[in-house]
Amino acid sequence: MTPVDEAKKTSEKELMNKRPKSTKPESKISSGDKENDLRNAELKGEGVVISYGSDQAVKGVDIAFPSNKITAVIGPSGCGKSTLLRAFNRMNDFILGAKVEGSLMYKDMDLYDKNIDPVEVRLRIGMVFQKPNPFPKTIFKNIAWAPQINGYTGDIAELVETSLKRAALWNEVSDRLHDSALGLSGGQQQRLCIARSLAMKPEVLLMDEPCSALDPVSTSHIEDLMLELKEQYTIVIVTHNMQQAARVSDYTAFMDSGNLVEFDETSTIFTNPKEQRTEDYVSGRFG
Amino acid sequence: MTSSEHSSAPEFNSRLERRRAFSTIFKNSCAILSWLCIGVLGFLLVHIFSSGWEWISFDFIKNAPSRMPHKAGLFSALMGTIWIIVTTAAIAIPVGVSSALYLEEYAKKNRLNSFIEINISNLAGVPSIVYGILGLTLFVRFMKLGPSVLSGALTLSLLILPVIIIASREAIKAVPNSIRLSAFALGATQFQTVFHHVLPAAMPGIMTGVILALSRAIGETAPILMVGAVAYVSRAPHGIMDGFTALPIQIYNWAREAKVEFEGLAAGGIIVLLLVLFMMNSVAILIRNKTQKAQS
Repeated sequence: MTPVDEAKKTSEKELMNKRPKSTKPESKISSGDKENDLRNAELKGEGVVISYGSDQAVKGVDIAFPSNKITAVIGPSGCGKSTLLRAFNRMNDFILGAKVEGSLMYKDMDLYDKNIDPVEVRLRIGMVFQKPNPFPKTIFKNIAWAPQINGYTGDIAELVETSLKRAALWNEVSDRLHDSALGLSGGQQQRLCIARSLAMKPEVLLMDEPCSALDPVSTSHIEDLMLELKEQYTIVIVTHNMQQAARVSDYTAFMDSGNLVEFDETSTIFTNPKEQRTEDYVSGRFG
Repeated sequence: MTSSEHSSAPEFNSRLERRRAFSTIFKNSCAILSWLCIGVLGFLLVHIFSSGWEWISFDFIKNAPSRMPHKAGLFSALMGTIWIIVTTAAIAIPVGVSSALYLEEYAKKNRLNSFIEINISNLAGVPSIVYGILGLTLFVRFMKLGPSVLSGALTLSLLILPVIIIASREAIKAVPNSIRLSAFALGATQFQTVFHHVLPAAMPGIMTGVILALSRAIGETAPILMVGAVAYVSRAPHGIMDGFTALPIQIYNWAREAKVEFEGLAAGGIIVLLLVLFMMNSVAILIRNKTQKAQS
């Protein structure tokens, strides 16, 4: 190993340690925990093959996302990570010619069972997209809409407030809830989108590069938020930002060309990966 | 030396002066041609207003047509046009927008549907007299609706449906897909996604199409003549099954009359027709601006 690589590794280690996980004291997962976590994982895929026409984007992936943990999925562009993520809440249904094979389970629900309503899947498994995409309506309506159409029986104003507070946006927008959401900054819009997902009280939150369009300040807001949310949610985040994966995630999956190359605790992936390809990728030698 | 003096590298012969001259010529020809159009339109308006304005009066609006120019009015034609256009809008807008929604949001992209799509575009180019003949055969005779407001409105609806469908589809297509995806990701059904988000976002574009289509329908003469709008109707229709006449027909009849006063009456009729058109478009533009504001 060259000194440069050595330096890179140390800097990554430093990055991981620089931001203390805000809610809990630093606790590294021991290997026994890992087996436990994987055994108890509720969101699982086995032999997942996803193809667009004759193109296979995901070529037979077995993966489990531990509950109440953050799992980062990393890999070069086009490796199939977003496609895999979208399969878990049936968002590939909207892509013409996309076909999902294999078994995708959440708890005892087969996500692709003919008798399962995709709407139900998406109610339990929420998603935040890469680009902030608020509805062209007021901030209030952005959050209130989905609970309302799903027959929310509680106090809607209260739900809007708690959702915005949990997304760390309340203080910035409490005096303009009835202004258009399009007047917010990019970072605020993305937090609004997270608040909107939280209002539906999903059990799993899928995040598809949620910070790629944001500045560092907004990014750190959202990362803090994720660390708080994992108390109650299982979070899967697809990211191109390796430091982000190192900072927030408990587990990391590395994908390349539609295959899952390595899945392990984040610290292991970034410091002591088993596969050469993983090491090359996390140390920035390719991708 | 000319401009090549300033060229950055010897391989370029940029001929900047020539290109600049060409730019100017093009810009000016565009300006001349558009002002020519506006000029012709202006001349038409001036001509019509100067010969028709003196005929515009309250009596002109409220009287029935008459052989005597000074007693003649267009009440029945004006009411006929209003009946026709309201009925046409009530038929064509829901049908057109639903078809557009179906084709854009629901229909699978297969051969049958692309065949349908191509033919909708073709239908937009069919001459209006052909629709008139179709209306006569289908609505007046086969469905036995007679020469009524309903037959006329159905015929005009067929005529403007392609325009409404094409414009609505473009508007629906322009709604960013991210809006649909985020609605679905929040647990919405397709109906909720379409009615709460896609349709409101597409509304300004749909209204533009509707304005264009209804403006065309209001001026059409041939198809409603064909389905039997009669030249002389002295009373306004009271229901959709009544016989009717319409402003363009009244104008045409007056323009054919031998007495020179009727020319003025025809011009007066055109002014009334333009005013109706203008009012109708204002309403549509108002709705469009309102929905546009709600979307920002």
